[in-house]
Amino acid sequence: MKDYLSRLGKKFLNSLYYAGGICTLGTKAVFGLFVPPFKGKQVLSQMNKIGLESLFIVFLCSLFTGIVLVFQSAYQLQKLGAKELIAPLVALSMCRELGPVFTALIIAGRAGASISAEVGTMKVTEQIDALQTMAVNPVKYLVCPRLLALITMLPLLTIYANAIGIFGGYSIAVWKLGITSSMYINSTFEALALKDIFSGLLKSVIFALIICSVSCYEGLTARGGAEGVGRATTLAVVISFILIISADCLFTAFFYFV
Amino acid sequence: MIEIINLCKSFDEYQVLENLNLTIEKGQTQVIIGRSGCGKSVLLKTIIGLLKPDSGQVLIDTHDITRFNEEGLNRLRLRCGMLFQGAALFDSLSVGENVGFVLREHSGLDEASVAGRVSESLGLVDLVGVENLPPAELSGGMKKRVGLARAICARPDIILYDEPTTGVDPIMADAINTLIRQLHDKLEVTSIAVTHDMVNAYKIADRISMLYDGRIIESGTPEEIKKSRNPVVQQFIAGKAHGPITD
Repeated sequence: MKDYLSRLGKKFLNSLYYAGGICTLGTKAVFGLFVPPFKGKQVLSQMNKIGLESLFIVFLCSLFTGIVLVFQSAYQLQKLGAKELIAPLVALSMCRELGPVFTALIIAGRAGASISAEVGTMKVTEQIDALQTMAVNPVKYLVCPRLLALITMLPLLTIYANAIGIFGGYSIAVWKLGITSSMYINSTFEALALKDIFSGLLKSVIFALIICSVSCYEGLTARGGAEGVGRATTLAVVISFILIISADCLFTAFFYFV
Repeated sequence: MIEIINLCKSFDEYQVLENLNLTIEKGQTQVIIGRSGCGKSVLLKTIIGLLKPDSGQVLIDTHDITRFNEEGLNRLRLRCGMLFQGAALFDSLSVGENVGFVLREHSGLDEASVAGRVSESLGLVDLVGVENLPPAELSGGMKKRVGLARAICARPDIILYDEPTTGVDPIMADAINTLIRQLHDKLEVTSIAVTHDMVNAYKIADRISMLYDGRIIESGTPEEIKKSRNPVVQQFIAGKAHGPITD
């Protein structure tokens, strides 16, 4: 019993230490964004990797999400004779919830894994030590450009995902469900308020911070060669997913009452 | 001058360095020998401030670097160059960008001057025209030499070598040893090399110290070390499987 409690206590302390490490790294990275030198070339390269190279996968996922959303909502709403509510439902669901969350999950899986694998490999091959011996701060050099790229690209990808999702819904609603094009477009614009779009974008900025902090922390603390890098990558994706969903839950509750 | 006084470092329960004392004179090449895992790399990383000791002092020109904050350590690091065991070249940068990294980050030199220094440093390690190659296309020996060029590019006062000849064939190892000796003579730097390769140690050292059980148990010139009566030193330099280290 004593052993069990001791192990439990140790796990709890390790979790606190882990959470503290991620928060400290995230804070240092945010402050690092305002301190020169600014690595414009690296930021652009990361923006390309994180943003442009994710366009296709975000397109596919958002398009199918929009389509599925229309089919599922039509299945229920047609029974109530409320087909005109399909467009607002798709628009609000995409902009407030599915666009930001799905995009963040895609980027956590794709770019987050890539960041932790790259930084982790640098760690186990002593490249991080080499940076430090050359008086270069690894947070400033590695984490800040990735954070800035994520904070810029994730909201842009979210806007893109929202648009594609709404387009997917529109195409099925007009083509298969007999809703007129003008009615769908008008209902969408009438339903959407700026708050709906901005709350989604604010979420995506928080998700970007989560993905960057977790992925870089896992990479920077990787140990034990290729196996350690693999473990860090898996943990980076799993922890990012959990934190994104948890943060989404908190923010959704917050925006519901505000 | 580098003076290490009563240095202790442990990881969890494992005591790696225990009251280690060592003095390295300016302009000298000091080789630290010892078995794999005995704490040689830990000692190097403590000297350059990558690891914080549990207790003890590392005095570089009378300044105790264990008390330095990050800014102070960075000022010290700009006076040092380090060759890592696996070269630790940045995969995402070309050879030229790797070698000129520290100059581009800190010197404020224009691109033409940096390119000139990069070519000059690569020339010193007998590599020409490889600036645009990615590190992945280099052989193990070439990576070590690029790592060496990177370590000397900013003309440091102190160069640290972590197993400079590990993982390269004997001919390349000899070429690297000759390079280290030549660089020492040309640039007049203080060098600290850790190795378990005695051929390497005899070739480059002004003085050799043996690290065993977390302490320096013997120091001397290569000739003095060869004649040492310490059975631990004798077993190690003779490379015998049986003796006081293993029994």
